[in-house]
Amino acid sequence: MDIQFFIELFFGGLTRGSIYALIALGYTLVYGIIELINFAHGEVYMLGAFTALLVAGVLGIYGFPFGGILIVATLAAIVWCAAYGYTLEKVAYKPLRGAPRLSPLISAIGMSIFLQNYVLLAQTSDFVPFPNLLPEMPFLDSIEVLSPSNFLILLVSTLAMVALTVFIRHTRMGKAMRATAQNRKMALLLGINADKIISLTFIIGSSLAALGGVLIASHMQVINYNIGFLAGLKAFTAAVLGGIGSIPGAMVGGLVLGLAESFATGYFSGNYEDILAFGILILILIFRPDGILGKAKVQKV
Amino acid sequence: MRKGLSCFAAMALCVALGTPVQAADTIKIGVQGAHSGDLASYGVPSLNAVKIVIDQTNARGGILGRKVEVIAQDDQCKPEMATNAATKLISDQSGVVVGPICTGPTTASLPIFNEAKIIVVSPTATAPSLTESGKHPLFFRTVAHDNAQAQLTSDFMLKKLKVKKVAYLHDNGEYGKGFTDNNRTMLEKAGVETVLFEAVSPDAVDFSAVVRKIRRLKPDIVVFGGYQPVASKLVQQMRRDRVKTPFIGPDGVKDETFLKMTGKDSEGVYASYPKDTSALPLYKEAREAHIKVYGSEPGFGYYNAYAAAQCLLAAIEKTGGIDTVKLQDALRSTMVDTPLGKISFNAKGDASGMALSIYQVQNGKFVELDHSLTLQ
Repeated sequence: MDIQFFIELFFGGLTRGSIYALIALGYTLVYGIIELINFAHGEVYMLGAFTALLVAGVLGIYGFPFGGILIVATLAAIVWCAAYGYTLEKVAYKPLRGAPRLSPLISAIGMSIFLQNYVLLAQTSDFVPFPNLLPEMPFLDSIEVLSPSNFLILLVSTLAMVALTVFIRHTRMGKAMRATAQNRKMALLLGINADKIISLTFIIGSSLAALGGVLIASHMQVINYNIGFLAGLKAFTAAVLGGIGSIPGAMVGGLVLGLAESFATGYFSGNYEDILAFGILILILIFRPDGILGKAKVQKV
Repeated sequence: MRKGLSCFAAMALCVALGTPVQAADTIKIGVQGAHSGDLASYGVPSLNAVKIVIDQTNARGGILGRKVEVIAQDDQCKPEMATNAATKLISDQSGVVVGPICTGPTTASLPIFNEAKIIVVSPTATAPSLTESGKHPLFFRTVAHDNAQAQLTSDFMLKKLKVKKVAYLHDNGEYGKGFTDNNRTMLEKAGVETVLFEAVSPDAVDFSAVVRKIRRLKPDIVVFGGYQPVASKLVQQMRRDRVKTPFIGPDGVKDETFLKMTGKDSEGVYASYPKDTSALPLYKEAREAHIKVYGSEPGFGYYNAYAAAQCLLAAIEKTGGIDTVKLQDALRSTMVDTPLGKISFNAKGDASGMALSIYQVQNGKFVELDHSLTLQ
């Protein structure tokens, strides 16, 4: 067994997994609070990539330094997508609160199709190149197992996940979110503004997805209007794998999925990448229906 | 001519009874393809080409003393619309047909044309089975089928690059997998080792695992089957991970977008593509005619359809009418001067005389190399 190859695959899997985790967090946060699977979430990730592309294009004309462009473009993508997430919730889900559970689900699928086609029409149906904005990192050359984009993705997503955990655990807002997730009626009685918390959840989830979008776009350097579909599906799988509704679960689920795919491609064949991902999901759901870290809950249909 | 088929005969009779006499005097060429819908950009140039060839012919007084007329039927590249379009072309008494454009509709319409004994020449349908299966004796095409590309690329890799170990990646589509399969068969026959043969998921967020694998296996070349978006991602990720292995692909890779997408990473990439014939006088003439009539550069498949119409008219002129058996022979035996070079058709229906070349990205442009394959 070639240890170098193993380490390469391991880091490749971590990179992929941390992107899945970033997007999966959005699914899991929203599900935790309002038990809705926000199928338009993958599209927010795609919007993040496009926003960064547009901003980077404009800044590039004015001759900003590359590192600066990356930071400004990322912040713009986060703000823009947070606004999308907020609006999405107000337009598509809030009017349906209290409706049967299938209605917001259909509304979510509708929003997903709408956003895809909106970008298709407003931007382009073609694949577009995403500029290489990453700074040179010569110190990585000696390690060989990590490319600059892998390193950046790992670094940024770890920071984002740590920040999210601190926020949820140690701030008033985070506490309010946890309370709402546990029991929305009770939280309302205790004076928590549930609407505000729900909006906040969408904003946080969308920001993380935007971050994922920018990271992957600068890693792959090619984007189109359809990139959110498979990424969203995989991230959703990761969220379910880890236990939907559980924040550490989404992180673990994402990493497990990413590592599994990377090792499957590395040691078996890329033909089985997707089959393996969904195979694992089925197995976990058979043996642990609530996911790796999910808590068994009384079904309240 | 169409006697085996009572329903078509009946239809033809109705049309004949209801149509003024002079209409029977024109030679009708049916054109089937995507003339509207998402894929219209693939089909409209062919329709334009046939119209231009026919206008030129009519301006010279037609052929055999008769005028030529176009009957267009839109199939939107959808197999389910194709059968209808084909039936309509037959009931409108098309003598011969240029089209269909896409492989799916071609497969769907051929049995109908075959039963009505109508010669079909597609300018763009490249699926090998259309001619290789031998099921469609009346089908011809003025485009190289997909296997020809693999013949050229495997020959190039053996003779010019002298490869010993090859990694194959494809996108799991019919076109891409077909290309890699054929290359593999031909290279393995010549004793070349296959170190990797697998699919990549076109929408994956990351290709690093497969790139690392290539880096470890150290093949002499990566043979890729698929279209430009996946090729761009793979090439970029390979070069970024300092994998400098050469890369070769089919015509789906030779695209301006590929260059735009990959920038300097694409330097050195090989692709097969029809030989550049733009220096031929007929090519220039066809291009200028399009610019004059439509005010723009010709689109996808224009020159192939132009050649198809020329071959059909030449055959009709030679045989003195529309007799399927005679036309078949004439198409196979007559060399016709077209924008694609001098071509005729082989026994299977593929154009012979057309050539494919290997191109390489040099200084940000695809440059034709001195290695080509002329179809027999």
